[in-house]
Amino acid sequence: MTTTTPVSPRSLRWARRRQSFTRSWNAYRSQRTGMIGLFLLAAIVILALAAPILVDESQLSVTQATGGRMEPPSAGFPLGTDEVGRSILALTLWGARLSLLIGLTATVVAILVGTAIGVTAGHIGGWYGWIALRFSDWFMVLPSLVVAIALLAVLGRSMSTTILVIAMVSWSGTTRLVRAQTLTVQARPYLERAKALGAGHWHQMTKHILPNVLPLVLASATLLVPSAILMESSLAWLGLGDPNVVSWGSILNRASSNGAVSAHAWWYLLPPGLAILLVVLAFMMCGRALEAVFNPRLRGEQS
Amino acid sequence: MTLLEFKDLHVTYTGSRGRIPAVRGVDLKVESGRTLGIAGESGCGKSTLAMAVLRLLPKSAEVTGEILLNGEDLLTMGWGRLRAVRWTGASIVFQGAMHSLNAVHRIGRQVAEPILLHEEGISPNEAAERAEALLERVGLPSSRARSYPHELSGGQRQRVMIAMALACDPDLIIADEATTALDVMVQAQVLQLISGLVTERGVGLVMISHDLSVLSEVCDEVAVMYAGSVVEQGPAHEVFANARHPYSAALGAAFPVIGDPASRKRPGGLAGDPPDPVRLPDGCAFRPRCAVAVERCGEEVPALLAVPGAAGEGPARVSACFVAQEGEPVVV
Amino acid sequence: MSSEARSSNEEPSSGSAPSSAAPVRGEKSLTARDLRVEFGLPGGRVARAVDGVDLDVAPGEIVALAGESGCGKTTLARTLLGLERSTGGTVAFGGEPLRYSTKALKAYRRQVQLVLQDPSGALNPRHTVYDAVAEGLRIHGITDDEPGRVADALSRAGLRPPEQFFLAYPHELSGGQRQRVVIAGALVLRPSILIADEPVASLDASVRGEILALLLRLKEEQGLGALVITHDLGLAWSIADRIAIMYLGRIVEQGPVEQVLTAPRHPYTRALVSVLPGAPALKEAVPEPIVLAGELPDASRIPGGCRFRPRCQEVAAGRAAEVLHRCESEDLEILGPESAPHLVACHLDRARREDARDGGARMAV
Ligand SMILES: Nc1ncnc2c1ncn2[C@@H]1O[C@H](COP(=O)(O)OP(=O)(O)O)[C@@H](O)[C@H]1O
Ligand SMILES: Nc1ncnc2c1ncn2[C@@H]1O[C@H](COP(=O)(O)OP(=O)(O)O)[C@@H](O)[C@H]1O
Ligand code: SF4
Ligand code: SF4
Ligand SMILES: [Mg+2]
Ligand SMILES: [Mg+2]
Repeated sequence: MTTTTPVSPRSLRWARRRQSFTRSWNAYRSQRTGMIGLFLLAAIVILALAAPILVDESQLSVTQATGGRMEPPSAGFPLGTDEVGRSILALTLWGARLSLLIGLTATVVAILVGTAIGVTAGHIGGWYGWIALRFSDWFMVLPSLVVAIALLAVLGRSMSTTILVIAMVSWSGTTRLVRAQTLTVQARPYLERAKALGAGHWHQMTKHILPNVLPLVLASATLLVPSAILMESSLAWLGLGDPNVVSWGSILNRASSNGAVSAHAWWYLLPPGLAILLVVLAFMMCGRALEAVFNPRLRGEQS
Repeated sequence: MTLLEFKDLHVTYTGSRGRIPAVRGVDLKVESGRTLGIAGESGCGKSTLAMAVLRLLPKSAEVTGEILLNGEDLLTMGWGRLRAVRWTGASIVFQGAMHSLNAVHRIGRQVAEPILLHEEGISPNEAAERAEALLERVGLPSSRARSYPHELSGGQRQRVMIAMALACDPDLIIADEATTALDVMVQAQVLQLISGLVTERGVGLVMISHDLSVLSEVCDEVAVMYAGSVVEQGPAHEVFANARHPYSAALGAAFPVIGDPASRKRPGGLAGDPPDPVRLPDGCAFRPRCAVAVERCGEEVPALLAVPGAAGEGPARVSACFVAQEGEPVVV
Repeated sequence: MSSEARSSNEEPSSGSAPSSAAPVRGEKSLTARDLRVEFGLPGGRVARAVDGVDLDVAPGEIVALAGESGCGKTTLARTLLGLERSTGGTVAFGGEPLRYSTKALKAYRRQVQLVLQDPSGALNPRHTVYDAVAEGLRIHGITDDEPGRVADALSRAGLRPPEQFFLAYPHELSGGQRQRVVIAGALVLRPSILIADEPVASLDASVRGEILALLLRLKEEQGLGALVITHDLGLAWSIADRIAIMYLGRIVEQGPVEQVLTAPRHPYTRALVSVLPGAPALKEAVPEPIVLAGELPDASRIPGGCRFRPRCQEVAAGRAAEVLHRCESEDLEILGPESAPHLVACHLDRARREDARDGGARMAV
C-alpha cells in the first residue's frame, strides 16, 4: 500500500496512471521477444520517419532517375536499381512510410469500429446486439479480395480506398473479441454496484467495460497491423493499390510485372519482401508480449 | 487405539515471496471412533495439514516430522503402499469438492471407480451395486447413480463426495471445510450423516472448519490453530464456551449464541488482519492482535502447556498463552 | 432533493445524527407491498422468485432477511433497488412509488444503496480505492470537495487514516478492508437505507464481527436503516432489530429478533433454529434438532396450499392432522409489514393460538 498523500483528484489520477503504466511496463520488459520486437519496430519507424532526410524525394521520380535498368547492387546503389533506374534502397525506405501508414490507419479504423460495435453489442444486447453480431459474422466470412475489387470498381484506386477495404475486412474479429470480453465484464459484481450507484450506460461502458477490454484490444491491434500491412501488400501486388504512391507491395508489383523474377533481379524483390517480413515479425513479437502482459492481469485480478 | 498421529510436523512452502512456514510444529492425535476438530481462520495452515496426511502437497512444500497412520509413517512410505492408503486408509473431502466431480461421467460411475481400482477381483457390476448402496447411505436415492453432476444441487454433490470418500471403507476421514458452502439445513443434514458414520462404523474423523460453533457440536475434541501452530486444545464444548486462549475466545465470539443476551447486538470478532506467514512477529504470533498481552509475549514463544482450572475428566486442556498458563482470564 | 436539504444531510457525521436507535418511519422508509417477481423459464414455465412480499425498512433500524439459498432473497433485494422490475406489487420510498425513468431511479439511488456479498468482485480491479469510493459522487455530479467526501466516507467505514488507502488497489487490501471500501462507496452518497446482500458471507470469521459492528454503529450513530440479507441466523442475532424468514418467495414469519429466534412459531423457523449449534436457551423452545429432509423446491414448482407442506415436520409427524386439509388447499395470506407484532403464516399455529385463546376464555368464565 502507498503512503503518499497527494490530495487533488487530478494528481491522484495521474499518480494512479503512472503506477499502472510502470507495472505493465515492468511486466513487458521482462519478456525478451517483446523487447526485441520493440527495438525492431522502433528502428523501422525511425528509418521511415527519417526517409526524407536520408533520401531525397526526387530519387523516387521516374524522370529524374540516375541509374541504369535493373542494375545489381553497387557502391552508388547499395541495393541496385529498378526498371527505370531508381535506387531500390530509396524506394524501400520511402515505401516503409506508406506501408506503415496504411497498416496503422486501417488498423485504427478497424479497431475503433470493432470496439464501438463490440462494446455496444455486448452491453446493450437485445435486438441490437443480435443484429450487430450477425452483421459482423457476415463480414467475417466475406472474401476480402471480392470486397476489394468491388469497392475499387466503385470508388477507384486510391490510398483511402485501400484503407477502407482493409478496415472493412478486419473489424469483425475485433468486434467478436470485444463483445465476448464485454459479456464477461458485464457479469462482474462491480457493474451491479455501479448500476446501484446510479450509473447510466455511458458511465458503465466508459468507466468499467472499456478500461477492461482495452488492453486486449491493444494486444489484438498489434497483431492486426501486420495483417493489414500484408493485405496492403497483396492488394498492391495484385495491382489494386493506389498507382501513384510507393509502398512495399507496389514495389513488388512493379518488380514482378517488369520481369524481375525471370531476370533474376533478386535485389529488386528481396528488400521490400524482407522489409514486410521484418515488420510483420516485429509487430507479432510485440503483440504476443502484450497479450502475455495483459491476459494474466485480466484473469488474475478479476477472479 | 491411536489412528492418526502428527509428531512435530512442519510444512514450509517456497513461493515467490520466499519461504512460507505454513505448519509450524504440530502434535496431534486422533483415536478410532473419535472426532477431532481443527479450527482457525483462513491461511492458518488447516488445509496444508490435511493434505500432508495423504502427501498431496505440491513439490515446493518441505515436510519434516512424522505422520503416523496406524503406526506407519506416511511420510516415508513407498508410493505403492501410499496408493493403497489413499483410499482404504484415509480419505479427504475438500471444501468445494463438489466442483471437482467430472461433468461428463454419471455419478454412479465416479463413485464406483475407486472401488474397481482398489479391490481385487471385484466385477464392474458388483462395484456399481456398491456405489448405489453408498449413495443411499448418504441419503441420495440409488436412482441418482444415473445422474450427471449438473443435475444435482450443491448439497447433493457434496454428499456424492462423501460417498466417494467412503467407497473403500477408510479408517480415517478428513473433512476440510466440507460443509462451509452449504446452507444451514443442508449442512445439518451432512453433519448428521458424518457423525452417524463415526458412531456406527468407528472411523476416525478430522473435521476442519473456521466455524468453532459447528465443531463444538460435532467433535469430541478441538484444536485451534493460529499461524501454523496449535494454540489451544481441549474438549470441544469447553474450548467454545470457556476458551483458554485469547484467539479461541475471539474465534468463538464470532459465532453468537442465539438466545444469549450477552451476545445480542454485540457482534464479536477480532481487530487487525490475519498474520502474514512470511513475516511473523517475534514472540507470540498472536501478540499484535492480543488484548491481554504482557511484556513477556514479545520476547518468548509460548509453548503449548497444560492450563490451570482445567483439571477434571476428559482430554487435557492445553493452551499456548502465558496469561492463560498463569490462570488469568484471557478476555477483557 | 434541493441543494439546501442536501447540504444539511451531508453534515459531517458526529453532530447532527440522531443518537437513539429508534427507527424513524415515514419520510425516508422503504416499503414493499405484495411485491412479486417472476422469471420466464425455457419451456414456458415461470419461476415465482418473489411471490408476494410486504416489507418495511426505516432509517434507524436493521432488518434481517433470512432463508435458504434460492428462496428469493437476492431477487427481492435487486427489486427493492430497482435493478430488477417487479411483475406485481409496489416498491415505494417515503410513500412515493418507485418510478423507473432514468432520472427518478438516479434520485432514488442517492437514498437507497447496495452492499454486495463478495467485496473482491464488487470492486473494479483497475480502479483505486479513491476512484471506487468517488464513483458515486461522479455519477451524481457532486464535484465540490471530492477528496474530502471520499476521506470522510472511508473513515466512517473504519479505514483510517483514509488518505493512506487512496491509491491502493483492491488486490492490495484484505477481504475485510475491501468490504469497508464497498461500504464507504455506498456511504459517500449519504443514503438513508442500505441493502446488504450477504455482506459477510465471504469474509473470515474473525473479520465478520468488525463489519457487523460497523453496520450497527452506522445505524446507532447516524440513523442509517439497513436490510441485511443472510442465511446465517446468528448474524441476525448479532445486529438486527427485526427479522423476516423467507421460504420460497414468501415471508413465513416475521417480528422482533428476540421473539422470532427464541420462540419461533412457524415449523420452518423452528427447524432452522433447532439445527443451530450450541444454543442452550433454545433447547426449551425446540428441544430436539429437526433436520428437514430434502431441499428447497424449485421456484417454478411452488406447491399449492401451504408452500412448506411437502417438508413440514408437523405434517410428517401427524401433528397437523386437524388443519391438514387447509395446509393442502389453502394458501396463507401475505404477512403484514408491521414492526411490532410477531406474525406467522401457518394454519397450525393459527389454530393453536385460537384454541389457546378459547381455552383461556372458557377458564375465565
Ligand atoms: N501451494 C502453495 N504455495 C505457497 N504457499 C502456500 C501454498 N498453499 C498454501 N500456502 C500458504 O500456506 C498458508 C496456509 O495455507 P492453508 O493450509 O491453505 O490454510 P487454511 O486451509 O487454514 O486456509 C497460507 O499462508 C497460504 O498462503
Ligand atoms: N434471472 C433469473 N432468471 C430465472 N430465474 C431466476 C433468475 N434469478 C433468480 N432466479 C430464480 O429465482 C429463485 C430465487 O433466486 P435468488 O433470489 O438468487 O435466491 P437467494 O438470493 O435467496 O439465494 C431461484 O430459484 C432462482 O433460480
Ligand atoms: S501469549 Fe501473550 S500475546 Fe500470546 S495470546 Fe497469550 S497473552 Fe496474548
Ligand atoms: S400451514 Fe400446515 S404445512 Fe404449512 S407450515 Fe403450518 S402446519 Fe406445516
Ligand atoms: Mg483451507
Ligand atoms: Mg443470494
